[in-house]
Amino acid sequence: MTEAETLPAPVLELRGLSVHHGSVAALARASAAFRAGQITCVLGENGSGKSTLVSVLSGLCRHDEGSLLLDGRPVRFRSPRAARAAGIATVWQDLAVAPLLSVWRNFFLGAEPTRGAWPLRRLDVALARETTVRALARVGVPGIDPDQPAAALRAGERQTLAVARALHFGARALLIDEPIAPMTIAQHTLVGQAVLSARAQGLAIVAVTNNPRYAHLVGDRFLLLAHGAVAGNLTREDVDADVLTRLMAGGEELTALTTRLRQLHPELDDR
Amino acid sequence: MPVTADGLPSFGPQPAALAPARGRRVLDRALARPSLAAIVGLVVVLLFFGPQAPGLFSSGGLASVLDSAALLGIGGVAVALLLVSGQFDLSIGMVAVGSALLTGVLVVEAGWGAWPALLASLVAALLVGLVNGWLVVATGLPSFLVTLATFLVLQGAALAGVRSLTRSVRVDGVDAAAGWSSVTTVFGSTVQVGDGRFRIALLWWLTLTLWATWVLWRTRFGNAVFAVGGAPRAARELGVADRRTTIVLFCCTAAAGWLIGTLGVVRIGGVQGTTGLGTAIEFVVVAVIGGCLLTGGYGSAIGAAIGALVYATARQGVALAGWDPRWFEAFLGVLLLVALLTNGVVRGRLRAVPRS
Repeated sequence: MTEAETLPAPVLELRGLSVHHGSVAALARASAAFRAGQITCVLGENGSGKSTLVSVLSGLCRHDEGSLLLDGRPVRFRSPRAARAAGIATVWQDLAVAPLLSVWRNFFLGAEPTRGAWPLRRLDVALARETTVRALARVGVPGIDPDQPAAALRAGERQTLAVARALHFGARALLIDEPIAPMTIAQHTLVGQAVLSARAQGLAIVAVTNNPRYAHLVGDRFLLLAHGAVAGNLTREDVDADVLTRLMAGGEELTALTTRLRQLHPELDDR
Repeated sequence: MPVTADGLPSFGPQPAALAPARGRRVLDRALARPSLAAIVGLVVVLLFFGPQAPGLFSSGGLASVLDSAALLGIGGVAVALLLVSGQFDLSIGMVAVGSALLTGVLVVEAGWGAWPALLASLVAALLVGLVNGWLVVATGLPSFLVTLATFLVLQGAALAGVRSLTRSVRVDGVDAAAGWSSVTTVFGSTVQVGDGRFRIALLWWLTLTLWATWVLWRTRFGNAVFAVGGAPRAARELGVADRRTTIVLFCCTAAAGWLIGTLGVVRIGGVQGTTGLGTAIEFVVVAVIGGCLLTGGYGSAIGAAIGALVYATARQGVALAGWDPRWFEAFLGVLLLVALLTNGVVRGRLRAVPRS
């Protein structure tokens, strides 16, 4: 039984995708597939192209070459709003929370529910507040006053807000760029819970992380990036947490190991 | 995530935090209002000038205060929206003068009707706003410098252009234009109450303030304005149309400038070409007294409107008390400083206060 028969069609797929920042290739001919109900952990050193990958998938920046496929159709998101409308939501590295805005305004920022016809079109405040409270309760933080400013939230609650927002708007795929702010075990747990419940709902999940042990704990597949290129595309069967840690350690070792893994697993080549 | 007494993180539903005492909550809510500084300022100014210049409270004094507050407020409210979005506009005063001059020249020199001339100058003003906004968005330069540049260009071009056409920087006889009477109805009606003459500019000011408040708090555009000013990166990541928001806001201040210019033309039936940097600063001062943070993301239209009232009261108060008008500038400086300090305090308290 080959892998192609057992796996559903990818929700998101990169085919030879390149992104240039000026003359520097931030991502060079990267190919990967992200499937529904799978958690793909993206690992790599700083500057290996992880954030660029998130930017492209979330519509923040456009690719220069290759193609990005959503449900098999090539797409080119004009803005993060377009990506969100297509059901791809993101937990940003900086959480994308505006401190002076209230919680419900933050939750719906960029995609506010409205009612009425144009000159009088206005925010549906009641709906927005109610939805915010419900969405936050669903990820395990009940009892937040939706009117308080986001600045009044504790660090963990801000992450919850970002995760709950992504879960609410991410109908097809969820991107998680691991927050820069150091997280406690409890916060990691929270994000992990959100990720697993999203997988249970059948979303394609792309989680960018620096922590190989955490990645191995939750991930189904592991996409290793080095110098803007895909250095490895592995499954749980290929690696254990120790190997992942070593793979993360250095580029050369990583390349050598990938070559060997590809020899051992020829099917890695056609991914 | 809270940590329990034995040092382990706690999960699940958290015990509700004790609500602060009711009085404290009310105080916090009041302090979190951007317009607080302006309201305090208004009370201080009224208490200060009340005994010095009792004429302030006659209907005549009231009319003159409200009249100058209206013009300031129209610009102040527009600039307040722009400040909330984290931008700055120095050119608005010159747009007022320039669009008024354009209206005058089109009517007097080219023989246009009043309405077509006003429409043309509105389009020209919007064009200036568009250029300002586009330059800021496309180059990422500080809007202070960009609008300073457009201010200089406008000032030079408008004054030199008018002088070459009319041999002076005055345009007279605008009121002879076709359709002028209807223009006067819309922009120049007055109501006489006692010895005070209340102008329609007041109505424009109030309408604009209410409309701006509604837009700011109850529309998607308003949400975008707050987000673009307070957290530009988050706004971009969430797909808020940040560029469009900025450009539209610059067009709004330009349109407000046009409105101020038009109200002026209708009032005196002619145009005096003057420089406008002083007025531009006035609008910013009004918005800051009204509680807008210069760093963006926070402020209100009502606050700016009250700020205009404070400003106008102080100016008329100094005049009616018979003091040297220069005292007004000193007073204004103190007022601005107090407003900035109050805003700083308010900003520190913003963190813990419920508001919608």
